[in-house]
Amino acid sequence: MAQVFYPSTNTIFRLCLFSALFLIAFLLWVLATLQRSSYMTEANVEQDQPVQFSHKHHVADDGIDCRYCHTSVEASAFAGIPPTKTCMNCHSEIFRDSDYLSPVRESFRTGQPIRWNRVHQLADFVYFDHSIHVSKGVGCSTCHGRVDQMPLVRQVVSLQMEWCLDCHRHPELYLRPVDQVFSMEWQPPSDQPERGRQLAKLYRIRSVEELTSCSTCHR
Amino acid sequence: MDGPITPQAAERRRPPVIQPGQTYATVTDKISSIVLVRPTTPGWLAGFLVSFALVMLLFYAIAYLLVAGVGIWGVNIPVGWGFAIVNFVWWIGIGHAGTLISAILLLLNQQWRTSINRFAEAMTLFAVACAGLFPLLHLGRPWFFYWLLPYPNAMGVWPQFRSPLVWDVFAVTTYFTVSLIFWFVGLIPDLATLRDRAKKRSSRILYGILAMGWRGSALHWHRYQTAYLLLAGLATPLVVSVHTVVSFDFAVGILPGWHSTIFPPYFVAGAIYSGFAMVLTLAIPLRAVYGLEGFITMRHLENMAKVMLATGWIVAYGYVMENFMAWYSGNTYEGFTAWNRIAGPYGPAYWALILCNVLLPQLLWLKRVRTSVPALFVLALVINVGMWLERFVIVITSLHRDFLPSSWGMYSPTRWDWATLFGSIGLFVALLFLFIRFLPMISIFEMRELVSESPAGD
Repeated sequence: MAQVFYPSTNTIFRLCLFSALFLIAFLLWVLATLQRSSYMTEANVEQDQPVQFSHKHHVADDGIDCRYCHTSVEASAFAGIPPTKTCMNCHSEIFRDSDYLSPVRESFRTGQPIRWNRVHQLADFVYFDHSIHVSKGVGCSTCHGRVDQMPLVRQVVSLQMEWCLDCHRHPELYLRPVDQVFSMEWQPPSDQPERGRQLAKLYRIRSVEELTSCSTCHR
Repeated sequence: MDGPITPQAAERRRPPVIQPGQTYATVTDKISSIVLVRPTTPGWLAGFLVSFALVMLLFYAIAYLLVAGVGIWGVNIPVGWGFAIVNFVWWIGIGHAGTLISAILLLLNQQWRTSINRFAEAMTLFAVACAGLFPLLHLGRPWFFYWLLPYPNAMGVWPQFRSPLVWDVFAVTTYFTVSLIFWFVGLIPDLATLRDRAKKRSSRILYGILAMGWRGSALHWHRYQTAYLLLAGLATPLVVSVHTVVSFDFAVGILPGWHSTIFPPYFVAGAIYSGFAMVLTLAIPLRAVYGLEGFITMRHLENMAKVMLATGWIVAYGYVMENFMAWYSGNTYEGFTAWNRIAGPYGPAYWALILCNVLLPQLLWLKRVRTSVPALFVLALVINVGMWLERFVIVITSLHRDFLPSSWGMYSPTRWDWATLFGSIGLFVALLFLFIRFLPMISIFEMRELVSESPAGD
């Protein structure tokens, strides 16, 4: 009976074994990349909203402060979604006949709140409090990005645990003076680590051990 | 009998490790024909079907577990570690005999290992595969099992390296990998024999790929021997380390009955004890069914019985010391736990374990018992049961009496616990059935080396 294999089979076999290593490494890389992709995190995905509300217009063009609408951000865990009445403070006077605003007027008339679509969906097993972050010098734009440049708001970060821990492990890289917290233009100065350390001391931010303890966020 | 007894003379007086009259050709024919010539018999088919039905039961139990959660098992507070951990320790212990036979006995030049090492190594692999299932199923959310591995995950955290449960992951995966490579490397020359002797083209291709181009040249043999010895050296520490790490799961926990320095050696001895019992449980039916009495001789069975007797005494010493230290330490909680094991609600399990692991194996002192095949088979089964009971007693009795009497509870397994245990036995047996059908269960080339020792070959 003739031989099934030829000597060249050995070379082919070795090549297969050798390339299998790269194939496995490549597959692992694909998995790691997929896990952090927008497909999984919904980062940079613009969500449709019932009203074509532009943060860019209201923040950048009109100069409205974040807290005008998100009223509870300094005092509670939830930053707050404004009631329709807040919209009507202005829009009972301006753009009162605009088609864009008809869902707002409808909501005001019927008393049914507008059902906005959530953009930042944090897992339910995470305890997150806006007020503590804001009062300890973490600015809006650190997590939410340049909202003043977003016609439709989108999530700019992954919201994955490694992203949370980036800051909880090195808070000094992100802290800013309290008067800059609601500024959209603030950029870290060149000596940020040094200033950040001073701010952390000033705000009495707890040690990294406490900030990264499991039960700080998983209560 | 005058004069000094040379090792050679002593060797000649012992029963042979291979039946007289075997030649290179008979060895190769006999072993390879089981795979290549012998048709699939009704007996094999019936055995495989029964074990495969148990595998289906295992899959069913696992599927229901994934849907409904660990609540289907009898575990609850205070007994959070039920059958899953008992079965894990039992299976991983069984694997140890394979590594001991293949690595340590190879390095010690014990030639009697040759005819049992191949299927003992296969037994190791299948036992570790069964063992590996249980901690994963026990996780609660088994689909996140990969969180146990240190990889750059999106959570930005590493596993808790101070936890013995993470050491377990490394111990068991290393053990499985090294055992698999060792077994496969040992198979290569035999796979080449099967490739050359197979009649069907599909078998020739399959065995040919697995043989990795083995031609049996002097260079091949030289490299083969080097690789095999190196692997044996790698596997040797695993015999001791794996069950040591498994014992840390208990010994590191600050619980009376677990927090004890004797645990590592006592667990390792127990592992080898149960492993040899399992090798005997498998070897005795195999040699009878496939007519391999010429290769797995009375000498093998007797040697394994002696290993069991020795390791059985180490285990018995462990039992005595546990109770002695409980009394000698004067620690109230240790004392209570020891007494609770002996006379508490799980007392019958403790006494059954003493009967199976300490009392009945003393029969092995008698040569008549050591050379009686049915007696050895029964004793091996008894020790398998006894070692399972030992793990049951360790896991359950320490947990079910908490420090606060208000937290005391009882553990009773549910039908799903039993289904998973018997299903895993089915998986083990089914894999063995496939192994003996498709691979040579005895190392052909190593047996050929032994032929030169056979009296006819002198």
